[in-house]
Amino acid sequence: MTIPLTPIGGGDVAAAPPIAEAVTQAAPRREAIENLTAAEADLLEAICARIIPTDATGPGAREARAAHFIDRALGGALASSKPAYTAGFAAFDRYCRSSRGKPFLELPARDQDSVLIDVETGAATGFQGGSGAFFGLVRTHTLQGTFGDPFYGGNANFVGWDLIGYPGVRTNVSAEDQRLGAKLTPNHKSAYDTEMFTKAQARLSEPVKPSESSVSSVALESKSVGYGH
Amino acid sequence: MATKLKATGVVVIGLGAAGGVAVLPLTQAGLEVVGLEAGTWLTRRDFAPDEIRNNVRDWPQSVQKAQQEVPTHRVNAKANTTRAGSHPMMNAVGGTTLHYWAQSWRLNPWDFKVVSATTRRYGALRVPKGSTVEDWPFGLDELEAYYDKIEYEMGVSGQAGNVKGTLDTRGNIFEGPRARPYPMPPLRSTGFIDLMAAAARGLGWHPFAGPASINSRTYNGRSACMYHGFCNKGGCHVDAKNGPHLTTIPRAQETGRLKVVTRAHVTSIDTDDQGRVTGVTYVTDGQEFIQPAKAVLLGSYTYENSRLLLLSKSKAFPNGLSNNHGQVGRHYFSHAQGAGVTALFPFNINAWYGLPAQGVAVDNFADDNYDHGALDYIGGGNLWVMSDRRPIAAASMGTFGRTPSWGKEWKQFVMENADRTNTAYIQKTTLPYESNYLDLDPTVKDPLGFPVCRITADYQDNERKIMAHTQDKMTEWYKAAGATATQANPLGTMGPTTHAYGGTRMGKNAETNVVNEWGFSHEVPNLGVLGASVMGTSGARNPTLTVQALAWRTAAYLAKNWKSVTV
Repeated sequence: MTIPLTPIGGGDVAAAPPIAEAVTQAAPRREAIENLTAAEADLLEAICARIIPTDATGPGAREARAAHFIDRALGGALASSKPAYTAGFAAFDRYCRSSRGKPFLELPARDQDSVLIDVETGAATGFQGGSGAFFGLVRTHTLQGTFGDPFYGGNANFVGWDLIGYPGVRTNVSAEDQRLGAKLTPNHKSAYDTEMFTKAQARLSEPVKPSESSVSSVALESKSVGYGH
Repeated sequence: MATKLKATGVVVIGLGAAGGVAVLPLTQAGLEVVGLEAGTWLTRRDFAPDEIRNNVRDWPQSVQKAQQEVPTHRVNAKANTTRAGSHPMMNAVGGTTLHYWAQSWRLNPWDFKVVSATTRRYGALRVPKGSTVEDWPFGLDELEAYYDKIEYEMGVSGQAGNVKGTLDTRGNIFEGPRARPYPMPPLRSTGFIDLMAAAARGLGWHPFAGPASINSRTYNGRSACMYHGFCNKGGCHVDAKNGPHLTTIPRAQETGRLKVVTRAHVTSIDTDDQGRVTGVTYVTDGQEFIQPAKAVLLGSYTYENSRLLLLSKSKAFPNGLSNNHGQVGRHYFSHAQGAGVTALFPFNINAWYGLPAQGVAVDNFADDNYDHGALDYIGGGNLWVMSDRRPIAAASMGTFGRTPSWGKEWKQFVMENADRTNTAYIQKTTLPYESNYLDLDPTVKDPLGFPVCRITADYQDNERKIMAHTQDKMTEWYKAAGATATQANPLGTMGPTTHAYGGTRMGKNAETNVVNEWGFSHEVPNLGVLGASVMGTSGARNPTLTVQALAWRTAAYLAKNWKSVTV
């Protein structure tokens, strides 16, 4: 007997068209939006999906649910970045329509990438503090949402860790595990699958940004101070 | 209205690496001690292996007093002042030893006598212009017994390189003589570390496993290290990382003579008209307390040590406590610990686990371990290669100019190379200069309304030359091990850092130093200072073991000379 493949999640997912370039990738479930508007969330999804694209090599930021990680964090640890996101999305949409004649979601992947190159390099106009800063903000958080602990709503099904070959959180690592050429099976465990650990949150917001700069400083994150012990 | 508490013998301000050690010799000698700590107790259950919480969001130091008093920084007196987003240190019982790298080096003999040794070998003109460096008031031989004490009380793993003058090439042949080996063997190696060690030997260098205040085997009833990869800015989930909160503080509590007060924010050190310390004032939950004491040991961090002295003004000390010679805040420097080298290998190196203290060192280019006769600088750096990586940091790797930083090509690059990269850490000699100092910021204040510390400091030519030389050597080492690409990373600034020194320098001359050779103020006989703020040189070493050895020595001196100090 053949068990039909059921996508996680429901609704119209089964009927969704295949993602461009994807092999047999079921579209991931979209969670309820917590802090962004629907239009902002759609735009963020699309940007994340170009930063770490889904392609023949496997899933990307879309399957990792990086946008969900960001949306959720904007109500908590990343709350101080919310105004930068709101302003950035508006500027992004205006720039896209004025320079390409269409909203980002209606552009083919190649044109989406060319818009993102403009934004990354600072060539896109209309961004407060420069478009490059906005790009850096989204890229940093897309990486956090793809490669961070799934506890925070991203790295769904550990696709981010599998992508780079990280074998997973372990609480005890053997000498054999550290041998050159050792083959480690991904264990697909979050830190909080080990029940001894408290889930106390880091802080109510990300570090206060350096006083001189605005959006661009977010990319500094923990690099904003000298450490190494 | 402040509540005046019952007088005690000694108040120790800060129960971190320094104060947390000092409480043991004091209480063992029979003295009553109150330890005031701004943070709280944390346990192994608070230390989840979570990169987002520990490394991205700077837990747990974020919810701390230190976060509200991040120092400002400017490169010189005419430059703009900036303020970093967070403080690199944390408040807790045990302090930053909870999440530090635990590399526990002794200073090398040269570090204690930079001026005289340089003058003797190369001439007086070779001491860099503008530097205020002095010889320490004693040599390594004086501190050896205290290093030994800490290594055994705390628990340090490592391979000795010089026991009573007998060299052992498995250890650091450049270290000064030690009375006995480490109490524990070094942390274990890895396949990649073995590869790097072999490459160093091939170059004719002397690689060795570095020392760590981490258990390589069960020690004093606590577990050995689990090598799980979240030690860097994270606490230990099995208590294998040896801070005072697990060792000296509980032992001091067992004497019944240590009272630990947590969430205590000290706002001033108080004096009488004769200029003697009478105790301290602190705030907890908005309530003010006065804790009288016969002696005070100031053991907060380097920035806060200078700051609290400068804030503690009185009739006898109108410019701040112990500052009638204008030396508080002078001779500040922070380790040139940026400017590492990143390498790319054509094969997986399996460095997903481990810890920053699990690695291999080369000391051939540190201190005066090589001839500087034909060079135009003094000092050097310790090269350190370690097994330490987490997934977000891995995916954030540079691409060596080979692909853009996002998109299809980037994704393929990261998939292929996330486990093929390694970044070395190079500790370098940094000297104090006339132009580098700490004072109070004229505008930025903490939530209680007190000015924060202001850093005015920049690296000078000597540090930049060391950087260039050590990065060249590190690049050579990586290439010898098979790296196909390397990248030298920038030096960075002298903003707030975990390796901050000076401000209350130790020395015999009261005109140029705040504390004497025992760590007690030249101006205030019953005030001692603990921490790297008393150190006049950094060597090419992480500072903590030296901080702890000095703290034990100052506390032992106080216990032994109690009557004369507290008259």
